[in-house]
Amino acid sequence: MSRGAPRTTTHSPRPGRPRVGPLAATDERAPRLDVDALLDDPSTGIIVCCGSGGVGKTTTSAALALRAAERGRRVVVLTIDPARRLAQSMGIEALDNTPRPVKGVNGSSDGPVESDGRAESDGRAESDGRAESDGRAESDGRAESDGRAESRPGSLDAMMLDMKSTFDEVVLSQASPEKAGLILQNPFYVALSTSFAGTQEYMAMEKLGQIHAHAQEHGTYDLIVVDTPPSRSALDFLDAPERLSSFLDGRFIRLLLAPAKGPARIMTAGMSLVTHALTRVLGTQVLTDMQTFVAAFDTLFGGFRQRAQKTFALLQADGTAFVVVAAPEPDALREAAYFVERLTEDSMPLAGLVVNRASPRPLSDLSAEEATAAADRLRRVAPDSTTAGLLRLHADRVRIVEREVHLRDRFATAHPGVPTAVVPALSTDVHDLDGLREVGELLARNGS
Amino acid sequence: MPPVDVTVPAVDHRVDQPSRSDWPGVRLHVVTGKGGTGKSTVAAALALALASTGKNVLLCEVEGRQGIARMFDVEPLPYEERRIAKGLPGPDGRTGQVYALHIDAESALLEYLAMYYKLGRAGKALDRFGVIDFATTIAPGVRDVLLTGKVYEAAQRNARNKGATQYDAIVLDAPPTGRITQFLNVNGELAGIAKVGPIKSQADTVMTLFRSPRTAVHLVTVLEEMPVQETADGIQDLRRAHLPVGGVVVNLVRPRDLGAADLEAVRKDMLDREAVAADLAKAKLDVDHAMVDSLLAEARDHAERRALEDSQREVVAGLDVPAYELPRLAGGVDIGGLYELAAALKEQGLA
Repeated sequence: MSRGAPRTTTHSPRPGRPRVGPLAATDERAPRLDVDALLDDPSTGIIVCCGSGGVGKTTTSAALALRAAERGRRVVVLTIDPARRLAQSMGIEALDNTPRPVKGVNGSSDGPVESDGRAESDGRAESDGRAESDGRAESDGRAESDGRAESRPGSLDAMMLDMKSTFDEVVLSQASPEKAGLILQNPFYVALSTSFAGTQEYMAMEKLGQIHAHAQEHGTYDLIVVDTPPSRSALDFLDAPERLSSFLDGRFIRLLLAPAKGPARIMTAGMSLVTHALTRVLGTQVLTDMQTFVAAFDTLFGGFRQRAQKTFALLQADGTAFVVVAAPEPDALREAAYFVERLTEDSMPLAGLVVNRASPRPLSDLSAEEATAAADRLRRVAPDSTTAGLLRLHADRVRIVEREVHLRDRFATAHPGVPTAVVPALSTDVHDLDGLREVGELLARNGS
Repeated sequence: MPPVDVTVPAVDHRVDQPSRSDWPGVRLHVVTGKGGTGKSTVAAALALALASTGKNVLLCEVEGRQGIARMFDVEPLPYEERRIAKGLPGPDGRTGQVYALHIDAESALLEYLAMYYKLGRAGKALDRFGVIDFATTIAPGVRDVLLTGKVYEAAQRNARNKGATQYDAIVLDAPPTGRITQFLNVNGELAGIAKVGPIKSQADTVMTLFRSPRTAVHLVTVLEEMPVQETADGIQDLRRAHLPVGGVVVNLVRPRDLGAADLEAVRKDMLDREAVAADLAKAKLDVDHAMVDSLLAEARDHAERRALEDSQREVVAGLDVPAYELPRLAGGVDIGGLYELAAALKEQGLA
């Protein structure tokens, strides 16, 4: 192994949770992730892309969604924070929290899509007239198409999550107008709906549940692709709803509700101690706001919890596929490992791992050591030898690829049988459908 | 001709050369960056670089990742300052040191309650009632006040804090660029819920340090379009919030084994194949056509990416803040790698 072989970490992912793995390494290698089979499988109803920040999650989910649409699925992609130019090219830079049709998707309007049907469908952009249709017309039109999905042209809608309006919509739909007004104006609610660290995750789940319910009812989509929020940990997406419901169930809420429950309330010594402490730390005003909020929100709590549990169950169901996204870096793969283990533990359906940004393979099998030694020999005679430069570049490339392969091998040993797609790094950023198509192609072609 | 004073050395041989730093008045270095750009690595390297000038440095992390422990290959850090690196003594006998602190909101809140409110028993009751959990995970903004409050406390220590270590510099491995302004602008974040009250005044005090010239927010990027764009946006946001922008650290820069002329030749496919083949043979390699072809193809690929780097480097230069560059280490970052990066930062004047 070359200099600086990476350490594999043995730190426990989270305190209290054991590592989950084969314990003794097996011969099983990482199978290839068959992206097209996943996208074409009509039973795949939801694809969730998760992973730590900066690994290309948004691009991967958009690319999967576009490819699925061009292979005949009726897809909606729920993105969280796409780069500006990508959002523009998909027509979703305006935040209105509603899925909008993406223009320029190659539709196949006749006959079932062949497995390699993408290539010949090029150039038929917008030929099915979907681009100018609005959401309502579509859902009506599609309602009677049940069972004929194979023969219908694919389509792609996209939306960018606006957590505040998603939260507002829930409040407006669940509370009486009078109560809703009270909640929406409460300073504590305003802060909670815009900056609570878990609101984005929670609202992504909420929106997923809504879109899924709507799609079931009206036949609007047969595949939902979800990009998860850029959290510090990939696990936040799964944990946020649980965190919110445990808070809603907790004693703290009862404590805050106590003053609203009339003069007959009985305050325990512990409670008064807590109220006193809170007042000293937060100040009276904050506490009063919180109490008003909780009192107004009281009737909504049950509904929130119920929907969160329903969405969680949806994620565990067979129609869901988790795609864990990583880069060939220790931190990103560690996050991916935690996530894979968590999915295994919670019996959630894992489709596979996508490793983005793989460095390009060396084209010659000359080893890094040989190349470096040869470069040194040349430099001794001619300090600015071009050939020495070429050799050093080659050595650098070999070392990086060796390191990446080593990291992936270690991952595969600890998590055998996780289908994997390795996607080479692109030299430029993706900001249009052509770029997404290329990424989709690379995802599908990986390893073959 | 004036007499030559032979006792004065022509070169200053002192190990400590703190005057060379571009940021001599800065005590709190905040390091942010887009995910995947290596901001934690840069924060660690900066802490080492500062310590190598003889300083006592505290390196803080606030995102619960235990990244410091992994980089320095030590046990996971508790909520307690631990010395993780110490320099070799310099000529004046002084050695710089790096302490590390893993700040979690829960411990910070309990410490805060104990310190300012003497809430020993109530602290436990708060925990039992789920208040601690609420305050640190759900209550908007409170978490950030607690995390930044602890950083503030460490930065403000003086001789009156008996028994507490005093630091010449603090390096904060901060949340990513997309969230940094919100994170540091704690009183803005709190304004929505608390207009008065103790937590609000705490936030105000913290802000005075963050907005002062004793703080600098450095942004880590790589030479790719999206991270550079995010860096530019981040600088704008920081300035709008009156937070002091430090330098841009360009990380993971590709090796420069080919000069501009060679790159140009590679791009135009004008490199002399025969000369390369002859050189390879001279270097005692078993040369064939395939080897020459593959080396040239790799060089073309490299040249293309170098060109993209150059165009992004121009964008970075246009940001009008000092820029520093760190190489991509092919073998990954271990402690030796961190020392190399620290040396590069010191050499360029970030430390």
